[in-house]
Amino acid sequence: MSGPSTYEPKTGFTRWLDQRLPIVRLGYDSFVDFPTPKNLNYWWTFGGILMVCLVTQIVTGVVLAMHYVPHVDYAFASVQRIERDVPFGWLVQNIHSNGASMFFLAVYIHMFRGLYYGSYKPPREVLWILGCVILILMMATAFLGYVLPWGQMSFWGATVITNLFAAFDGGTGIITNWLWGGFSVGNATLNRFYSLHYLLPFILAGVIILHVWALHVVGNNNPTGVSVKSRADTVPFHPYYTVKDSFAIVLFFILFAIFVFFMPNALGHADNFIPANPLSTPAEIVPEWYLLPFYAILRAIPNKLLGVIAMFGSLLILFILPWLDTSRVRSMRYRPIARWFFVFFVICCLLLGWCGARNPDHLVFQTGVDAEGHATGFTFLMLARINTAYYFGYFLIILPLLGLIETPKARPASIDASVLGGRKVSSSGAAVQPAE
Amino acid sequence: MTDASIDTHDGEPSRRDFIHIATGAFAAVGAGLVAWPFIVQMNPAADTLALASTEVDLSLVDEGSEITIIWRGRPVFVRHRTGEEIAEAEAVDISTLRDPQTDDERLVPGPDGEYRRQYLIMLATCTHLGCVPLGDGAGDYGGWFCPCHGSHYDTSGRIRRGPAPLNLIVPEYTYLDDSRVRIG
Repeated sequence: MSGPSTYEPKTGFTRWLDQRLPIVRLGYDSFVDFPTPKNLNYWWTFGGILMVCLVTQIVTGVVLAMHYVPHVDYAFASVQRIERDVPFGWLVQNIHSNGASMFFLAVYIHMFRGLYYGSYKPPREVLWILGCVILILMMATAFLGYVLPWGQMSFWGATVITNLFAAFDGGTGIITNWLWGGFSVGNATLNRFYSLHYLLPFILAGVIILHVWALHVVGNNNPTGVSVKSRADTVPFHPYYTVKDSFAIVLFFILFAIFVFFMPNALGHADNFIPANPLSTPAEIVPEWYLLPFYAILRAIPNKLLGVIAMFGSLLILFILPWLDTSRVRSMRYRPIARWFFVFFVICCLLLGWCGARNPDHLVFQTGVDAEGHATGFTFLMLARINTAYYFGYFLIILPLLGLIETPKARPASIDASVLGGRKVSSSGAAVQPAE
Repeated sequence: MTDASIDTHDGEPSRRDFIHIATGAFAAVGAGLVAWPFIVQMNPAADTLALASTEVDLSLVDEGSEITIIWRGRPVFVRHRTGEEIAEAEAVDISTLRDPQTDDERLVPGPDGEYRRQYLIMLATCTHLGCVPLGDGAGDYGGWFCPCHGSHYDTSGRIRRGPAPLNLIVPEYTYLDDSRVRIG
């Protein structure tokens, strides 16, 4: 980030190498001497956790690819064989399938942290947008991977998601046939999904490198949102944050291990242990938990095309968030109104997830009975609609308006001052101060 | 392009500008031509297309029942409708429909030009997101009902309620003789 490199090669070989390929210098400047705000809390450890998640998924995925057969007649059996017959296949497979869930858990916490502390605001817009690209690539990769075991949920999930794109071709099948390589989800589809599932993580890794690069240009945000002003505000990344991140990674691995060893299928769906059958749709098609909020948005809108647009829009809106939020105060610590709307936003996302998992016509609570004696009341569809409205309202109405009407609280003069309790700028001054 | 070319040509495009544009255009066309095979390779392959038709003997379907056959890897409903179902389908005011079609528009005449209105042939995939609807009079309109997101179809397979945008799709088919049809 800031300042010239302080790397000093110590041996003859590193001096020689440094003049030819300064890779040790790059590593030193990026992960050892990198000046990092000294007040980062544990919400900031999820970047490191996500790095570990990616490596875990790639390593286990490469191993699984050695045993998996991407053919409609063998795919299901080959996954069962990995679980039962391949030495430690059960372990690798469970790490990979639960690893996807852990990856999304970490990425959602990472994103909520960014939303709360305003990490998307200038000068971190590109950093944030690259993160949004990463999220979409992760979703695509996870969806493609979920199809590979070729169970009922795999097959019908693939059918439903690919049919979303039929909203754009007017029912002619031009887009869906092209996606499928046939007239329905079939062997050609499984083959290409396998190929792309292997490819996308490496594209993901590339975008993550850009994400980290962008981070190292502008530097970390921090819980106060106040920019780094002097050397006194920072500590070197190593050993302070290497140790803090490592500790968080260990805690995260404990949670991960609980799932892998004690409830490996808790996050999956029982129907995916039935081989794919193109003639029989399961009673309920439910995506993996991490896609449920978006599924709820899709179903909240009665028109297919508009539903699809809303679902993709709920992701695309994140890209323009840096320009929707008009407040120049980054951290919601100092935004007394916004922080409540943020809390509601988190609840809204959780409720959408709940709606996505439930039948839209079922009742959240009953208010009475109709003439035929059926229970009536507040349905999950209504709940999904309210929350869909809030989801978009948060980005399109609340954040743009709040920045104009909210009076932020006094912010510390510097990170150093916030940590050591120094002079504070006055409340009235804070409102008119430019972005720091 | 550059200041120098503007100076020497009084703002008129120079020969160099022409070469730049021509080369750029040529490269763009070349890139498109190279990309095309890589895009089109994803379409259904020749062997998949070769399996694209199937024949069915309608006389094997009893009145009031339906069979599901596989065509192009996806299920197709063949229903032998009762007189009541046909009457119900024809009685609908099509101006009230989301995807207006008369019952006859959803049928194909036989070799003699007559409609065999008892036989209804449609793709068994919901036009919402591709699930297989339940048949045999399911749903509120006596036709089909998709359990995935609750689309109701009538006895002509037309969408009546729910999120699906279109009627159940009638595939291309022709009558080979009185009771046999070829789908595809």
